[in-house]
Amino acid sequence: MARHAHAEEGSHGGTGRLMTGAEIFVRSLVAEKVEVLFGYPGGATIGVYDALRDISDITHVLTRHEQGATHAAEGYAKATGKPGVVLATSGPGATNTVTGIADAFMDSIPLVVFTGQVPLRLIGNDAFQEADIVGITRPITKHNYLVRDVRELARTIKEAFYIATSGRPGPVLVDLPKDVMAQKTHFDYPESVALRSYAPVLEGNSRQIRKAAELINSARRPVLYVGGGTILSNGAEELTALARKLRCPVTTTLHGLGAFPENDPLAMGMLGMHGTWYSNMAVNFCDVLIAVGARFDDRVTGNVDAFAAEAKKIHIDVDPAAISKNVKVDVPIVGDVKRVLTALAELVSPIDTADWLRTIDAWKEEHPLRYRNGDEIRAQYVMQKLGEITGGDAIVVTDVGQHQMWAAQFFNFTHPRTHITSGGLGTMGFSLPAAMGAVFGRRDLPVVSISGDGGFQMNSQEMATIVQHKLPVKIFVINNGFLGMVRQWQELFWRRRYSQVALANPDFVRLAEAYGCPGTRVTRTGDVESAIRSAMAHTGGPCFVEFVVAAEDNVYPMIPAGQTVNEMIDTPDPASETEQANGSIETVHKGKARKVSTHAAVPGNA
Amino acid sequence: MPQSQAMLSPHADVVLDEKVKRHTISILVQNKFGAFNRIAGMFAAKGYNIDSLTVGPTEDETVSRMTIVARGDDQIIEQITKQLNKLIDIVKVIDLTFESFVDRELVLVKVHSTTETRPEIMQIAEIFRAKVVDISPRTLTLEATGSQQKVDAIIKMLKPFAIKEMARTGRVALKREFQGEV
Repeated sequence: MARHAHAEEGSHGGTGRLMTGAEIFVRSLVAEKVEVLFGYPGGATIGVYDALRDISDITHVLTRHEQGATHAAEGYAKATGKPGVVLATSGPGATNTVTGIADAFMDSIPLVVFTGQVPLRLIGNDAFQEADIVGITRPITKHNYLVRDVRELARTIKEAFYIATSGRPGPVLVDLPKDVMAQKTHFDYPESVALRSYAPVLEGNSRQIRKAAELINSARRPVLYVGGGTILSNGAEELTALARKLRCPVTTTLHGLGAFPENDPLAMGMLGMHGTWYSNMAVNFCDVLIAVGARFDDRVTGNVDAFAAEAKKIHIDVDPAAISKNVKVDVPIVGDVKRVLTALAELVSPIDTADWLRTIDAWKEEHPLRYRNGDEIRAQYVMQKLGEITGGDAIVVTDVGQHQMWAAQFFNFTHPRTHITSGGLGTMGFSLPAAMGAVFGRRDLPVVSISGDGGFQMNSQEMATIVQHKLPVKIFVINNGFLGMVRQWQELFWRRRYSQVALANPDFVRLAEAYGCPGTRVTRTGDVESAIRSAMAHTGGPCFVEFVVAAEDNVYPMIPAGQTVNEMIDTPDPASETEQANGSIETVHKGKARKVSTHAAVPGNA
Repeated sequence: MPQSQAMLSPHADVVLDEKVKRHTISILVQNKFGAFNRIAGMFAAKGYNIDSLTVGPTEDETVSRMTIVARGDDQIIEQITKQLNKLIDIVKVIDLTFESFVDRELVLVKVHSTTETRPEIMQIAEIFRAKVVDISPRTLTLEATGSQQKVDAIIKMLKPFAIKEMARTGRVALKREFQGEV
């Protein structure tokens, strides 16, 4: 590595004394207004951690595993819209961040991940705690860097934050060799970034927008298909206004939940594999499909050839590569969702959708979301009650599997950034650390982490971090003793040959208590409501509730992978005698005002 | 061109028919750490077929030109150019297939030769305007440049003499600037 005695003379506008890379690093984060940093120290970052001590503007959260740090940063980013920031050491520290980075890449979450690296002269040497993290993360980052000279450090950090947060957001990794962080130079944080080869298109092409408007104005059976990009661009308000102006029914993807209030009569809830019957039917029979910040993922489309086959398709997305990737569209519009929707709204007029909405309402009546309720707790009931008790004013952070789908179906999301989950990658173990990150960003709403018994154990070590910081996370574990979604597939598609899906679990309540977190176990439906109420009223730190639920329940409706609405499986007929023996039938209709629980709602946490 | 590549592709069910075309894609990329790796990795990760890939300096020392010959139907080629454009270090992507362009390949062929066959080989070299760049009692090494078809042709002509070793570049290409009347 070049010594740079010359850097001392060559002060080009840099102010004051020479600083080490480590000092420049922390000052750059302050310049980026980073409030919280999730990390874990090690040999390669020891200098950086020393410099962190001198900065009071940044809260460092010592997670108990680097995977927890990346998910926490994701939760923070999803809840706030600001980039999540991670600091890990070299080698195993860096490789532990990989799952979180891949998760953020799939779900377009802005993250900046800093990793320590062995000194430049040792790179490639199989040095202690060396891993080629830049090589490892190349396919799962929007971009990544190895900083080879301290004079590049500030500019690289500036670029990293810019790339992570602009266009289609995503994770950016910056690898920091130990010796570079000890080198000195003048600190001069750039005010702007000029990247020769990166300029996201934000304004939609006006001709394309006009074409889209004409198509929409001629529609008789339109559907808005709304994805997470709508929330990422802060375009939920514009979307809602457009839908209401057009009187156009709205279905959302898993990540689109919250972009449109599900108690609005135009709401159809989620579409796709476990979407509502009526949203899938509406997409199947619509004549114009308006895709907004969505990417035609296989869990949404099933068989792509049959997906909205009769419809002309409009696709608004900031990422040109997302357009016509899976499904060929008629009118693509590349641009920021919020801006495009604003421009589009001026060119469209209300559509006479009365007949269309009547058809959809009939489907809603005939095929509501439903489940059998009895003394044994149904996870659906927990989600429904949580929605009723909080009135939707909570940030719900789910994990992956059956409970995730049930939360998506039954909570009734009404605000953007209140639903946080791992969608694209489907990372079990996401919820607990992500909820922890969300709390650091948002104190205005209660944060509820919901996991299954499997996923909870994948990052349960973060209980320690949550307790240490007295974070008011409501930790719900939906325990059915199974890896439920895999079990469901084995039941339905593999002749019920259960293979490695039954879990022998610890005593979760005692585990929570061992971490210093009060815990309760609920085993009867009659106790669910009061357990949720006391959890929501709990102050002073986290609380834990285990819901022991029906062991072998299935998520319905279901379109089996790669198939079409014709193969959609609705909830088994509730009128059949055996089903009746199991208790009452609960139904949930999207697009109606929320049922309010008998007792007055508890206000959000303190 | 390796014949087996279509078999290696995840799009193996796509038969090389009139829909699947060979495209010459010219890329200007900043000379940054890991940039080439990122491009090659993108092709591997997405399962796209590359017939050849060349890279070399340009008139601008901060930028290299990469010429990739890739195969696919229109949708795959569209995705390839979009995915390339997404990479931060890439300055420009041009699918030359839609343009008029000049392209060249270079091949070095070491072919067995005896006193009997040497004149015949040299005659072939002359026809193709190839150069003899090395000679030994039992071999001749020829250098030929030209379009892919021309390079294919000289290789075909030399095969009967037994090719000992061969090194062939991929295609380099530039857009034609002026289309005057002939």
